[in-house]
Amino acid sequence: MSAPAPPAPAASAAPASAAPAASGERRLPPVTQLGMVSLALIVAAGIYLSAHLPNHVSLTPAIVLLAVSALVLAGNLASLSRVRGFAWGAFFAVARWAALAYLVIAGMIEYVFLRNHTSGGPLVVLTLSLLVFAVHVPVLIAFTVARYQEP
Amino acid sequence: MAQAVVSTPGSVIGEGAPPQGVPAGFERPDFQIVPRAGLPIVAAVLGLLIAGIAVNELWPLMFLHVVGGATWTIVDLFLGFVLGPILGSMPIPARIALTTRLMPKMVLIMPTAVTVTLAAGWQLGSHLGTVQSAYALHGWVVASYIVVGVMAVIALGLLEPANIAVLTELKKPQPNPAVIERLMKRFIYTAGATGLMQVATLVIMTKLASG
Repeated sequence: MSAPAPPAPAASAAPASAAPAASGERRLPPVTQLGMVSLALIVAAGIYLSAHLPNHVSLTPAIVLLAVSALVLAGNLASLSRVRGFAWGAFFAVARWAALAYLVIAGMIEYVFLRNHTSGGPLVVLTLSLLVFAVHVPVLIAFTVARYQEP
Repeated sequence: MAQAVVSTPGSVIGEGAPPQGVPAGFERPDFQIVPRAGLPIVAAVLGLLIAGIAVNELWPLMFLHVVGGATWTIVDLFLGFVLGPILGSMPIPARIALTTRLMPKMVLIMPTAVTVTLAAGWQLGSHLGTVQSAYALHGWVVASYIVVGVMAVIALGLLEPANIAVLTELKKPQPNPAVIERLMKRFIYTAGATGLMQVATLVIMTKLASG
C-alpha cells in the first residue's frame, strides 16, 4: 500500500509559490519526501549504533548519516522558507505545539539512553539525531496543515 | 465526499445548495483537535514510564512494553484492515461524524503508545541483555529495529501529519471536501501499511519471547 503522491515539487530556481496552480493543487517543494528521507537517515544511524552494542564500532557511518540528515533538514527548511504566499501563521501555530510534544518524546528517549549509561561519541550522535527528529517531525506536521490553509 | 460543504463547528452542513452526499441539515459535531481532557492521562502514562525506567525492575518494564506495544499493534491493525475499509464505504455525514470523534483520540493515543513501547522496550532489552550483540537471537532484535524504524518514518512523515491536517481542515468554516478525502486516504493507506508491518512485529516478538 502506498500513500497518495504529495504535490509536485517546485524545481525552478525562482522562489516557489504557494498560490493554487491551474489544477487546483499548490506548487510546493517536496518537504514531506525530504523529511522522510532525513528521518530514515537518522533511524539508520540509530539502528547501526544499537545493533553493535556493547561493542565499540566506528562512529563514522553514523556521523555521515546524521550529517546528511541534518543537511537535508537544512535544505528542507531553506526551500520552504522561499515559498511565497504560504500560510506561515498556521504553520507556526501548529509547529510550536508539535515541537513541544516531540521534544517531550525526544526527552523520554534521551532519558533512556542516559539511564543506560550511554556516553561519549554515541551519546552525542544519538542526541543530535533526536534533535533532528524533534525539529523535522513538527515541520512535517505543520507543513501538511499549512499547505491547505489560506495565507 | 466530493461536494460536501461543512459550516461552522457544531452547526449545520449543507446550507444553500445541497452538497452531494450530505443531507441538508446535517450537524457536524464540535471537537478539539487535541482533546485537552486526555492530556492528564498522557502525563500520567509518561510519569509511569519514567518511574518504570528509573526503577528498572522486570515487571513494570515488561508491563509497559507489552501494554504499549499491544495498543500500537492493535490500533494499527484495526485501523488499517477493519475500520479503514469500513470508513471508505460510509456515507459522508457518517464519515465526518466518525472522523471528528476518532481522530482527535488518535492524536494522543498513538504518540503515547509508541513512546511507551520504545522507551520501555529499550530499557527492558538492556535489563534482559537482549540488546547486546552477543544475544543468541540478536539478528531478530535488529530486524525489530528495522521494522520499527520503517514504521516510525511512515507514521511520523505521513500518518501523523495527515491526522492533524484533516482535523484542522474539518475545523474550518468551509472545509474543502477534496482535501479531506485526500488526507483521509493518506491516513488509511499509511495505517494499512503500518498494519502490515505490525504483522512482522508480531512474528519477531513471538520468536523473541519463545526463544
